[in-house]
Amino acid sequence: MKKLKIIWEAIIPNNPVLIISIGLCSVIAVSNSVKSALLMTLVFALVQIPSNIIISAMRKIIPNELRVPIFVSVIAAFTTIAALLSQAFFNPIYQVIKLYILLVVVNCIIIGRAEAFAYTNGIFDSLLDGIGNTIGYGLVLVTIAIMRELIGKGTLAGIQIMSESYQPMLLMILPPAGFIFIGILTGAIETYLKQKGGKE
Amino acid sequence: MSYFQNLIKIFISSSIINNIILIQFLGLCSYIGLTDSLSSSIGMSFAVIFVTVSSSILAWMIDNWILIPTGLQPALQITAFILVIGSFVGLVEIYIKKVSPNLYKAMGIYLPLIATNCLILGATFINSMNNYDFVESIVSGFGIATGYAIAMLLLAGIRERLRNSDLPPFFKGKAIAFMISGILSLAFLGFSGIIK
Repeated sequence: MKKLKIIWEAIIPNNPVLIISIGLCSVIAVSNSVKSALLMTLVFALVQIPSNIIISAMRKIIPNELRVPIFVSVIAAFTTIAALLSQAFFNPIYQVIKLYILLVVVNCIIIGRAEAFAYTNGIFDSLLDGIGNTIGYGLVLVTIAIMRELIGKGTLAGIQIMSESYQPMLLMILPPAGFIFIGILTGAIETYLKQKGGKE
Repeated sequence: MSYFQNLIKIFISSSIINNIILIQFLGLCSYIGLTDSLSSSIGMSFAVIFVTVSSSILAWMIDNWILIPTGLQPALQITAFILVIGSFVGLVEIYIKKVSPNLYKAMGIYLPLIATNCLILGATFINSMNNYDFVESIVSGFGIATGYAIAMLLLAGIRERLRNSDLPPFFKGKAIAFMISGILSLAFLGFSGIIK
């Protein structure tokens, strides 16, 4: 039960994107199509989970003063691997969101979890924390991407969903809609947590 | 088109048309986190301008003098850039602490934050992807940081006024900041196409 709680904590009560407001750059930029959102989530998982494990395994030998450069080097190694893998297997999508994949290395969520969780907890707990944060991040990203692509293009992952007569609302796939959707979701989840907290 | 005109074009396109925050979405953490007050956003803007320009110079040198000649560019680029920026921010921090303790105290929280700001690293990647030469990289880095400063000051100004206004509880806090950014971003979309 305690182990499950680590995953749950990262999905709703401490959702990295909506509650702590970090790692927003890639969420807003990539969420205009479902395909890029899925690739981004995959890359995020490939970096977050192994770097959490490695940092947790090395936590006793990392000196306190040098921890940030070491964290960043570990994360940079996994980001390079993930970037090269996605270039090899998903090249068309990779070319569109290249910049954001390379920038996973400075994603505040990954560095934040290394600092706040993996550096002080065991390997198995860090693995669960990595999975939880990936779900928390991917859930928000893919939800926004589904809404934006459906309204903005009438398609989901490139497949036509809406009928032919549907007039796509172009604004939804342009940059401003990303901000507006994140705003609505943040407001919604904060109101939900406030109400839940008020009842107890 | 002369070389000088080309530089002006790069500056305008990186600061306004492709505004790093409102159109490209980099560096959002500090944008949302620090725009609560106008004074901290001014301090952060100056720090970001300085660090972005210097890291553009350093990253250009590393990219063109070490990584490309040795053929290590795709594999080691991320690691090299992030280590350069991280150690550079560390050096700046030590230098400011030594030279002016007051400035260090005022900027204390923001300085280490800069090292993990995706805007700085993003600027170096943008320079590298567009194959800019040395001067073009500096102008582009400066333009990107200016665009950041413009967006920071716009949002900070609006949020200072919002603090006293009567908002529905749903939007209080961060939600309204995102909504305003959406509207600002819509306004900046209007600049697209001024340079052909």
